[in-house]
Amino acid sequence: MARVAIQSADFDLAAEVSALRAGDGGVGAVVTFTGTVRDRHGSRGGISELELEHYPGMTEAAIEKMIDAAMARFDIRGARVVHRVGALKPLDQIVLVAVTSAHRGQAFEACEFLMDYLKTQAPFWKKETSPEGARWVDARVADDEALRRWGIDAGNAGG
Amino acid sequence: MKIQVRYFASLREALGASEMVDAAEGSSVGVLRDLLIARGGRHAEVLTRGRAVRCAVNQHMCADETVLAAGDELAFFPPVTGG
Repeated sequence: MARVAIQSADFDLAAEVSALRAGDGGVGAVVTFTGTVRDRHGSRGGISELELEHYPGMTEAAIEKMIDAAMARFDIRGARVVHRVGALKPLDQIVLVAVTSAHRGQAFEACEFLMDYLKTQAPFWKKETSPEGARWVDARVADDEALRRWGIDAGNAGG
Repeated sequence: MKIQVRYFASLREALGASEMVDAAEGSSVGVLRDLLIARGGRHAEVLTRGRAVRCAVNQHMCADETVLAAGDELAFFPPVTGG
């Protein structure tokens, strides 16, 4: 199966995991992260919509490279990233990162590595709508710092 | 040389999705950005040096110093916020 999917449709966690580990008897651990849309952001409440824009082509290539980096860095057997785009609502699923490995340690680490990488290096942009109006979400310095733990300079929010 | 410049997110809303820009041979990304800023108006406002703007050449993240070639696709966008 493809390692990366950028889609407007929702995803099914169980189906994604089944496909990722299908036929691989060497897998002893599956770690997944699912990101979901919140109805609040800082002091802003009542968020009614989250619009996800991306850079078609670059997005897929950038995430493929991140998975290559994770495969080289950790002892994992497979990885799958699904990211939704378009108009989402609070409680919707937005992103899935799933990693398989022989033992749990490497899968946990690789999953977090991929999320930290994706947050600061994949070309997605969020615009949220609340009663106060619509606004583009600011990048967080904390996300750059998360990637720095892995020895990688994000240069995103701080740039 | 002709460079296709694309914009995303807040930059797209201000400047449109894309435009062709004529730049001197051997121009870097930074030189092209300065060229756009020099136009004034909205270009100057959203690409000004005080603002965090990231860039990609042929769909790879790049730096100001990256040298452009004819036919390259250059994109400017705000810091990314996916995940």
